Amino acid sequence: MVTTPLLPSDYLDLVSPLRAGADLRGRIEAVQPETGDAATVVIRPGRGWRGHTAGQYVRIGVDVDGVRLWRAYSITSPTNRQDGRIAITVKAIPDGKVSNHLVRRAKPGTLVQLHQPAGDFVLPQAKPAKVLYLTAGSGITPVMGMLRDIEFDDVVMVHCAPQPQDVIFRNELHDLVADGKLRLTEVHTDTDGMLDIVRLDELVPDWAEREAWVCGPAGLLDAAEEHWTEHGVRERLHTERFRPRIVVAGDGGEVTFSATGRTVAADGATPLLDVGEKASVLMPSGCRMGICFGCVTPLKAGAVRDLRTGEITEAGPGVLIQTCVSAAAGPCDIEQ
Amino acid sequence: MTAIDPTAHLTAEQIEELGRELDAIRDEVIADRGERDAAYIRKVISAQRKLELVSRGVLLFSFFPPAWLLGTAGLSVAKIMDNMEIGHNILHGQWDWMRDPKIHSTTWEWDHVSPSEQWKHSHNELHHTYTNVIGKDNDLGYGIMRVDEDQRWHPFHLGQPLWNFINACFFEYGIAAYDLELGKNLHKRRRKSPEFRARAKAVGRKIRKQVLKDYVIHPLLSGPSFLTTLAATFTANLVRNIWTHSVIMCGHFPEGVQVFERRSITGETRGQWYLRQMMGSANISGSKAMHFMTGNLSHQIEHHLFPDLPSNRYAEVAVKVRALFEKYELEYVTGPLPKQVFSAWHKVFRLSLPNKKPKVKTPDREQELVAA
Ligand code: FES
Repeated sequence: MVTTPLLPSDYLDLVSPLRAGADLRGRIEAVQPETGDAATVVIRPGRGWRGHTAGQYVRIGVDVDGVRLWRAYSITSPTNRQDGRIAITVKAIPDGKVSNHLVRRAKPGTLVQLHQPAGDFVLPQAKPAKVLYLTAGSGITPVMGMLRDIEFDDVVMVHCAPQPQDVIFRNELHDLVADGKLRLTEVHTDTDGMLDIVRLDELVPDWAEREAWVCGPAGLLDAAEEHWTEHGVRERLHTERFRPRIVVAGDGGEVTFSATGRTVAADGATPLLDVGEKASVLMPSGCRMGICFGCVTPLKAGAVRDLRTGEITEAGPGVLIQTCVSAAAGPCDIEQ
Repeated sequence: MTAIDPTAHLTAEQIEELGRELDAIRDEVIADRGERDAAYIRKVISAQRKLELVSRGVLLFSFFPPAWLLGTAGLSVAKIMDNMEIGHNILHGQWDWMRDPKIHSTTWEWDHVSPSEQWKHSHNELHHTYTNVIGKDNDLGYGIMRVDEDQRWHPFHLGQPLWNFINACFFEYGIAAYDLELGKNLHKRRRKSPEFRARAKAVGRKIRKQVLKDYVIHPLLSGPSFLTTLAATFTANLVRNIWTHSVIMCGHFPEGVQVFERRSITGETRGQWYLRQMMGSANISGSKAMHFMTGNLSHQIEHHLFPDLPSNRYAEVAVKVRALFEKYELEYVTGPLPKQVFSAWHKVFRLSLPNKKPKVKTPDREQELVAA
């Protein structure tokens, strides 16, 4: 009442954006280069941060050229970091607006928006006797979070990167190897070629007995899922998908964003998230690749197509869709 | 509709060409929009909040006359900033591209008795689409005044200088009533429609909150300064109302601004729409501070051409727009605030008296409004 139509928090945010009870934010405290195109961003989260489990990711909202963009990144710092900071490690992908911004332009002192950590690509409660980490490229980031967090007795890691200098955390990994805490095989795909999953037999003969965490591009994950299933050990495999498989879709139609009262034409291949954002609708989002469910919105009428599977979802009471991986499969109405 | 059509010398092709040139100006700004603009609006919002906080703080001691003066002045400015440069422009969606939920047209609520939602409909949708079309744009005289020779005169109009003055003093309530289309809706059965009732309720809620804040809670918080703080907030609201009313009058009422008849907009092309915005709006010239305090509505012409471009860009856009006015030999109506305010008021007085027979019959709605 004292501050209507604003909230007291609107005033408090001016002085103390990281206080308890504020919308969750963080302040970038350092940006440390890792490789030519990857950097670790150290963030001090606000008081409301609940803490993460090794292997989880965080949704982060960064203002790039004045526009707030949301992405999800794995947390690479250990869970017991004394100073309360967290770290994400970001690899700049070509044309990636947020990743390039964080790696090359982000300045200490900048505020970013955060969500609580999420994701179930994590270690189990009971320690497995033998562990295998199979990663490629930036797929190493959630695994690094795990490696830094807990020591296992028997850990093998196979990591793929184009060249030695592209291996993120290379020094730290080699230190672990020197201390006898890790057995590591690097596959340099520029010279060795892509990893053929059957080579696992030769690289890690007892792979099937190991609890395995695999993270990397879709091709690697697909191959791993097939391989583990074939050998009847699918339950030992944990995967994290960073990129959706996108199938070609047809159709499209008029999309109505009913809460905002905007209607625009959409084709059958553009994610509804992009369609809405182009029409200036305030769309929630996160990873933009179908993993974080930060973009879930009720579908009130019409039908949408899942860009990963081609599956059609029709409207109905309580039907929710992920706008980042759904495109219009005809006219539809989205409550946003 | 005015005796001589000031755009008669333009061919249809020229008008479309003009439209394309204006589109190009718009695209240029959009391509360049970015961090600097976002930083601007954030800075303005934070300055407004700080100014309001400090002023309210000072008013706790308002029994002390210098504190009263200082606090009242600060609060008036803060309220003007909230309504003009911040509220009006955010609610136009000028800052939606930032995707910041705190600075978005769908979430913003302003320090004003008309709820954002309703104002956006009557202002953004109706007024900006049908700018200066008699019978369609109710901003023309707000349904209580006659602002063009061609509108039919009614004895009710004799009092319009007085109506206008009262409207200026209680402008935010005038706007709330206007957004509710009170004149029309108090009629007959409409009053009972559930849709109207829901909207009237929303306005009632908003008024209650605003009044409670300004005239009960803050005065109470000031303890011994209760009465002086009450007077201060009342004064600040009065100042803000008169100021916004004056600025808004300058946008479409000064002499030289054209109005259009209903028929003229059927099948209107993009170029013609632009042209109507150009001829139907007027600017205020002045210093940077002046533009800021009007929420850049001093660049009314530019605002009407591009209502969703960030307000901090209107000044640079104005240079290019003005060049187009010259190129196409059109009159760019502008002048300093006192001159424009005088001109608008002059018109209000002049048209309170009947003139020679209007050439065009005004729609019956007008009658209805007057009768209400
Ligand atoms: S944005 Fe993460 S699932 Fe859609």
